[in-house]
Amino acid sequence: MSPLDLLVAVPLALMIAAVLLGSRGRLLLLAAIPVMAGLTVWLLLLPEGTAHIVGDWNLPLGILLRADGVAQLLVAATSACASIIGLYALREFAPGPSGSETAHGYAFWPLFYLLWGGANAGFLTTDLFNLYVALEMVSLAAVAMAAMGSLRAALQYFVVALVGSLAYLLGVALLFANYATVDITLLAGTARPDLATKVALAVMTAGLLIKAAVFPLHGWLPPAHAAAPAPASALLSAIVVKVGFVILLRLWFEAFPAIVAPAALDVLGWLGALAVLYGSIQAIRQETLKALVAYSTVAQIGYLLLAFPLVVTAAGSDRAWAGMTIHAIAHMLAKAAMFLAAGLMLKAVNGHRLEDLSGLVRVMPLTVAAFGLAAISLMGLPPSAGFIAKFLLLEAALEQGAVFQAAILLVGGLMAAVYLFNPLSRTFAGRDTPVTEAKDTLQTAAPLALGLLAVSLGFAGQAMVDISAGVSQAGPPAAAVGEVP
Amino acid sequence: MNSLLPLLLVSLTIVPALISFALPDRLAVWRDAINIGFALSKLALVGALLLAAREGTITEWRYEFLPGHEFILRPDSLSLLFVTLSAFLWLITTVYAIAYFKRGPHLGRFFGFFNLCVLSATGVAISGTAITFFLFYELLTLATWPLVVHKGDEKSLRAGRIYLIYTLAGSAAFLAGIVWLKSLVGTIEFTAPPDLTGIPRLELTLIFILCIGGLGVKAALIPFHVWLPEAMAAPAPVSALLHAVAVVKAGAFGILRMIYDVYGIDTVSELGLGTPLALWAGATILYGSFRAVMQTDIKKRLAYSTVSQVSYIILGASLIGPFAIIGGLVHLVHQGIMKITLFMCAGALDNRMGIKLVADLDGAGRAMPVTMAAFSIGALGMIGIPPTAGFISKWYLGMGGLQSEASWVIAVLAGSSLLNALYFLPLLYRAWLLPPSKELAPVRELDGAWNRMLVLPAAVTALITLAAGAFATFPFSPLRWAELIAESGYLK
Repeated sequence: MSPLDLLVAVPLALMIAAVLLGSRGRLLLLAAIPVMAGLTVWLLLLPEGTAHIVGDWNLPLGILLRADGVAQLLVAATSACASIIGLYALREFAPGPSGSETAHGYAFWPLFYLLWGGANAGFLTTDLFNLYVALEMVSLAAVAMAAMGSLRAALQYFVVALVGSLAYLLGVALLFANYATVDITLLAGTARPDLATKVALAVMTAGLLIKAAVFPLHGWLPPAHAAAPAPASALLSAIVVKVGFVILLRLWFEAFPAIVAPAALDVLGWLGALAVLYGSIQAIRQETLKALVAYSTVAQIGYLLLAFPLVVTAAGSDRAWAGMTIHAIAHMLAKAAMFLAAGLMLKAVNGHRLEDLSGLVRVMPLTVAAFGLAAISLMGLPPSAGFIAKFLLLEAALEQGAVFQAAILLVGGLMAAVYLFNPLSRTFAGRDTPVTEAKDTLQTAAPLALGLLAVSLGFAGQAMVDISAGVSQAGPPAAAVGEVP
Repeated sequence: MNSLLPLLLVSLTIVPALISFALPDRLAVWRDAINIGFALSKLALVGALLLAAREGTITEWRYEFLPGHEFILRPDSLSLLFVTLSAFLWLITTVYAIAYFKRGPHLGRFFGFFNLCVLSATGVAISGTAITFFLFYELLTLATWPLVVHKGDEKSLRAGRIYLIYTLAGSAAFLAGIVWLKSLVGTIEFTAPPDLTGIPRLELTLIFILCIGGLGVKAALIPFHVWLPEAMAAPAPVSALLHAVAVVKAGAFGILRMIYDVYGIDTVSELGLGTPLALWAGATILYGSFRAVMQTDIKKRLAYSTVSQVSYIILGASLIGPFAIIGGLVHLVHQGIMKITLFMCAGALDNRMGIKLVADLDGAGRAMPVTMAAFSIGALGMIGIPPTAGFISKWYLGMGGLQSEASWVIAVLAGSSLLNALYFLPLLYRAWLLPPSKELAPVRELDGAWNRMLVLPAAVTALITLAAGAFATFPFSPLRWAELIAESGYLK
């Protein structure tokens, strides 16, 4: 037994239970939260670089799960987000009158656990084919959740996600034909810079860029994320896109760091910069709140890619690595908080435009505060996890003389302030107090808790940097195999 | 000496902030009492630090918040000058704000953010490293924004937007500057200025421009001053604190730190950066005064006057001479006391009599003599008439200009004083000497506790304005203190 496989197995078991239990399945969450929290703490306490082989099959046949810094941070943030979003959804998808089942209330919970388990698998495993399975689990759940809001957007998402998956799978097949293994730790030792490997890396990267919604392959994201119900949007923006990103990290920095040309990294960095600018401009132009928040995701993903060229340069690369990882979890928490808060605000005024928010700060100050806290982290202002991330990246960029990246980091933060303070200041507008529906305590608490977490992690910068530094760059595969219990 | 005292000084204010946010409006009396109580205890804490500093003990609190980055709170003598000013004026403004708003709605939010502002300003004052300074500097921006948009009308929202665009852009430039410098020299600790030898002049100059330009936004150097007159849309207690102790002062204070504790006066003069900055400040002084003359709205006139007056501090700092720095430091205190007097009076006139425009002031001296007397003292102080505090500032700045062989400073001071007189004296003339233009409803200025709380704070600061000038040579006066700082720290 190890938390590594339980973190994947428990959500999947809960998924099956949720299917069987029907409308009562939602209450499984109350068991899921403490169990997953316990497993997460266990994961964080594991000694650095602990690995675990599922079943008794050695590599290359077996499946290696591994707790490196990236996995620890992302799994922990996912647990926090999923638990809190789940509590919010408990009310959102409550049974209909007289306890009848509703389609959404029934369908949401199995998808929720599928997504959770899939994401954990994606963060923990080192096997490229396994990663494909994880990616598909997450995409499947995500498409179905998007369909709860808009079938049209979901269909578009489905087709695009399918193309992404196929591209990725093609690359995996090429690699397997070439190396007879698809385990990242083994590939790292044997990678050759031949054409087949390069093509495989290119198509897999393209597929993952689609999944992570990196500009210019982001087109599917805004409609899908903006249309879904609030808890679904939160899961999609916070967790789903990060799975594609983590696999991208594994490929570029663990499996093939030896054969990756700096120019290729620069291309990814450029894409990231363009994503920041394009996503921010689009977010500024939006007139509906959820579309604004969705485009903000496009921009924020850009920072993750922007950091790619900074990670490989010798000076300050550990800072860049930490900044990139912390940015991923900061965005997770803040974006989940923001979507939940936006959902509450829009439901209260029964509208969807920015103008509809007038005067809301006087009715639901706690929800506006949650939105504000999330905004602080997304803008990268202190004190917040978002600030720690951007600060580390900025420092790495300036140490390496990467003035361009530094400028994008600063300008991106300013643009985020423009698009995020716009809805915030609407909530202060006017003199009269809008009449709204009754508020739900649990739903009010959920985004506030996530927002507070995003901000208060700004005081734990040192700890996050330490965790993120946990061995991630390919250790010798023999060592990993040697640790089989 | 390592101690939790500096941390306590900053974090103490979290308590009234949270209580203010949480208390419902029907418990407003408790909220008021708690706010005043904590403002008093903060003042006591500052007193303790002052006593310790007199014995020569400097306390500090360190914590490594990121690898290679220490978060240091270290109230040195310059910090204490600013902290004492802000802790005292905050007490005064809290009393005034309670009376100004009486029992209006949504004041919990107001006082919550008000306290977060105090917290940030205190942090700005006692930061021991450039990064720590930045953290609080940015927090100050965030905490003031809800106060600026508090009213929620179109004008306030616009003011809030402009405020954010300017100040956040400024902070970004400042952040870029300090991180760049950090990547060259390591931690930038104020007590141990970094060794800048061997760094190309061009790079040092660029970093200096980024930092001063960034800080100059909050300090309202032209052309970055635009947000300040706009922010007049905020309620009077907010304007009072923005102008006197918080935002603009944080900018000016940062510039002092950059010149004296990061670059050091030798490097600044060697790079030839002092004179351009002094000229920039001089231009701002004249421009601000000039624009003030043209305003018809009292608060706007005061706002442009702030644009001008804050630059005296920067002028004093950038001339780099003993008298000039003393003038700059002492003006940091004097400007705060005088400006807060003027704003509290303007707010009281508006609150009680609905006077917003200069033209409405006719005969106001008869209706509200205490308020107008306080206003007059503040205005005479701004012009620089002895024995007010303003005279001391201008005297030292003028001497400093001569000492640094920059005689143009005298011309700037004279021109500005003339303009000061031009935009303040008509106000006094109207209020005291002209008959009321329309029938003024009788105002019982000091009837009832509310009215006393509204009027007396300005009277107190007006008296201090007089005292700081008349008793400038006494121990513990702002002037003596500024001399002490200058002698101990900057004039080796």
